Amino acid sequence: MDFKLSEEHKAVQQAAREFAKTRLLEGVIERDSKMIHPSEQVAEMGALGFMGIMTSEKYGGSGMDALSYVLALEEISKIDASAAVIMSAHNSLALWAIETYGSDTQKETYLTPLAQGKNIGCFCLSEPEAGSDASMQRTTAEDKGDFYLLNGVKNWITNGGKADYQLVIAQTDPDKKHRGINAFIVEKNWEGVTVGPKEDKLGIRSSDTHSINYTDVKVPKQNRIGADGFGFKLAMQILEGGRIGIAAQALGIAAGAYELAANYSTIRSSFGKPIADHQAIAFKLAEMAMDIEAARMLVYRAAYLKDSGEPYGYASAMAKLKASEVAMKHTVEAVQIHGGNGYVKEYHVERLMRDAKITQIYEGTSEIHKIIIARNIRKGELALPI
Amino acid sequence: MSVLVYAESENGQLKKIALELASFGKAIADQLNTNLVAVTINCDNNDLLGTYGVNEVLATSHQGDFNAQQYAAILSEAAKSKEAQTIAVSSSADSRFLAPLVAVALDAGYVTNVVGAPISSNPFQVKRSVFTNKAFSVSEITTQVKMVGLSKNAFGVHENPTTATITNFSPAGVTSDMKVTALDKATDTVTIADAEIVVSGGRGLKGPENWHLIEDLANTLGAATACSKPVSDMGWRPHSEHVGQTGKPVASNLYIAIGVSGAIQHLAGINSSKVKVVINNDPEAPFFKAADYGVVGDAFEVVPKMIEKLKSFQAENA
Amino acid sequence: MKILVCISHVPDTTSKINFVENDTQFDTQGVQYIINPNDEFGLTRAMWFKEKSGASVDVISVGTAETEATLRKALAIGADNAIRVNATARDAQQVAKEIVAVMQENSYDLVIAGRESIDYNGGMVPGMIAALTGMNYLNNCIGLEIEGNQATAIREMDGGKETITSPLPLVIGAQKGLVEESDLRIPNMRGIMMARKKPLTVVEPTQEGQQVQTVSFEKPAPKGAVKLVDPENIDELISLLHNEAKVI
Repeated sequence: MDFKLSEEHKAVQQAAREFAKTRLLEGVIERDSKMIHPSEQVAEMGALGFMGIMTSEKYGGSGMDALSYVLALEEISKIDASAAVIMSAHNSLALWAIETYGSDTQKETYLTPLAQGKNIGCFCLSEPEAGSDASMQRTTAEDKGDFYLLNGVKNWITNGGKADYQLVIAQTDPDKKHRGINAFIVEKNWEGVTVGPKEDKLGIRSSDTHSINYTDVKVPKQNRIGADGFGFKLAMQILEGGRIGIAAQALGIAAGAYELAANYSTIRSSFGKPIADHQAIAFKLAEMAMDIEAARMLVYRAAYLKDSGEPYGYASAMAKLKASEVAMKHTVEAVQIHGGNGYVKEYHVERLMRDAKITQIYEGTSEIHKIIIARNIRKGELALPI
Repeated sequence: MSVLVYAESENGQLKKIALELASFGKAIADQLNTNLVAVTINCDNNDLLGTYGVNEVLATSHQGDFNAQQYAAILSEAAKSKEAQTIAVSSSADSRFLAPLVAVALDAGYVTNVVGAPISSNPFQVKRSVFTNKAFSVSEITTQVKMVGLSKNAFGVHENPTTATITNFSPAGVTSDMKVTALDKATDTVTIADAEIVVSGGRGLKGPENWHLIEDLANTLGAATACSKPVSDMGWRPHSEHVGQTGKPVASNLYIAIGVSGAIQHLAGINSSKVKVVINNDPEAPFFKAADYGVVGDAFEVVPKMIEKLKSFQAENA
Repeated sequence: MKILVCISHVPDTTSKINFVENDTQFDTQGVQYIINPNDEFGLTRAMWFKEKSGASVDVISVGTAETEATLRKALAIGADNAIRVNATARDAQQVAKEIVAVMQENSYDLVIAGRESIDYNGGMVPGMIAALTGMNYLNNCIGLEIEGNQATAIREMDGGKETITSPLPLVIGAQKGLVEESDLRIPNMRGIMMARKKPLTVVEPTQEGQQVQTVSFEKPAPKGAVKLVDPENIDELISLLHNEAKVI
């Protein structure tokens, strides 16, 4: 069992770290404060190959593995969790499905420009009445012969405003329940697609989150992904992979907060010594470091299982659950370690604390993940951890 | 046998670094019990070198602009003709340019950034600064002919009066097909490289419109102006003023930093300054740990006071 | 046009500097290694020539196996070939001679080396390469254009700059200003993948002997605490600077 990163993985990690430090750090506080989308930086992420990082090279992607994806997301999240979720939603939630299940035409039309970062993608599953319970789809896609008629509202859509192409989940046949759900590629500029106003969020404020309305949108038959009724299963598979991305984001947020707190505690003095030398702070840092390492092992392992072609559902659930809990707990501690300074924007940690909260909610709530893990235990699928 | 130094001049007058280099060369010559020879190019006040212990000046002339290949050839010929066993150059941009060419011509081991007279002459060992001013190393040169580059302000100027014989030296020289087509010298202001005192400003000054504080203080002291990296990145000041690890190095006698927090990369670049004064209203600014003297206060109040007090001090000591 | 960029593998600028083995060796524990910043400015300019006029770019480094990660980064940025001379860098002339030995196998039109490396601050390798090969040399290069066989370069001097023309082949000492910091390349994912497939040739060293040896290292004496002066009492500061520090 080799815990070392290969030279190539280190190179990806280094490139992402350098990108985050030189291109994301500047202006991150202002972007968060004023909800400014990092469009320039997202374009650069496209040029660097981050926006199609796992997509095959033959579709213009970078052809890298899930571990590379995780390493890049972690580094980016340390500094700008909004840029990270833009990247994660694009890669895991939009691209992956099209590459894995898309028809040749769909891949040609949509996959290549998305993988090259020329267009942004988003995934539309959540609805005002359907969050954790995704089987209760109210958005309908009536089969009209040579097209589907799409009607309904989707909300909490990351990249909702900037995305040109949307992967929309909708109910075609209500009698078949979740087996009557389909997935479609919808273009933002089609008639009947209306993007709602940008949400004013607690955290990840420079990523744009919108509700999207569909009023009699005509979706060509060839834009349905996979066989009729495949949509729900596809959505679940998408989320399974998406968990790894968000787990990496949460891990990065925690690691970023830790680095800031550890550094601050060596510079800040009280009662005659750096606060890092006071046991109260030293103990906090020790716990932070340990919890982050533990979360990191879960996240990297989930990526490793995915790359090995092995089932990774419970592993990604554990990784996402653990990493998000660690992120929330320890960003709060990081603010505490900074004292008064932690309460102002200038020191970054308050932003990381606000960014952390969403990681416990989206991509499956913490509660849902406990259900997933419990089910795996019940099905006897957690027998061998390695 | 001799010790040979390249004493630089500008507009016919010896530069202060040449006098420091001569003092340094004299110390080495004494250690080796040999003569000190200086090479000058286009210099009009060669006899001044006698004050600093130079026994002989090889005065040469060169037509046209500075050309490293040609200057190096003059020095190599001079070194060979005087059987120089040790050659010393300054750390000016021109000297750093030509020195490696001389080192190869003479097959001499060459060490830069030397901070004092040799610790020992046999074996020949010198102390130099490394890791961009974060440490020192003792280096031994094992070749027959040795070459050292002296750090600015590391040795100081020391008088050792003697009469210098001035000999006109006309080596064969070399041709060069490199041509200077344009020259852009900032003639009025003191440059950071030459300045005894450098006054530097950081983000604490809030904006380029407040730079009169830096400029007025610099004018009062006859100092060069400099700035931290964020200030030059934001375009408040020209890139040429940026000092620090990736900017210009500073080796002045006095470095006054106003509104500069003192990030590691900045400190590395200005570490060779003898005395550092920090003015910052943040008592936690890391720069205070690296400073010799500090004032915790508002620059907008402290600097005008400094200018006022300096003016009265200068009037009293005129 | 054939370009050779000389790369040094150096400790990161923010590294803590410590010594081991009785202060005779640099402590590499926990130290991140990078491409020497001045070399990176040179490499970026070389890439510009490659993109603009199809120049080929080789990179070379003198070092043992762990320096290969740095060479691969240069390949990921876009260099075509990497060469590693399998020897520990002992002193500047040895490094210059090893590079010159490799240069004899290929004729380069332009050789770029960083003006100085941030670890030993020698600043001699580019000049030595020029002197050993008889090539023209320009240090402190902050601008470089090449038209056919003619280079027009800008050299930064103490207090100004000058424009110099020279026929090729030419050696330059690169530094900040040759390209802007914002133009430095972050290797993209495609580049990292391709770097795996690009040639990294290891050659055995040809040089023996050493001209300069490090006997020992020393950290600077711990600084005394700063003397703080009350902002209401600037007279004291002036007095200290004049009488104690003797700098005014």
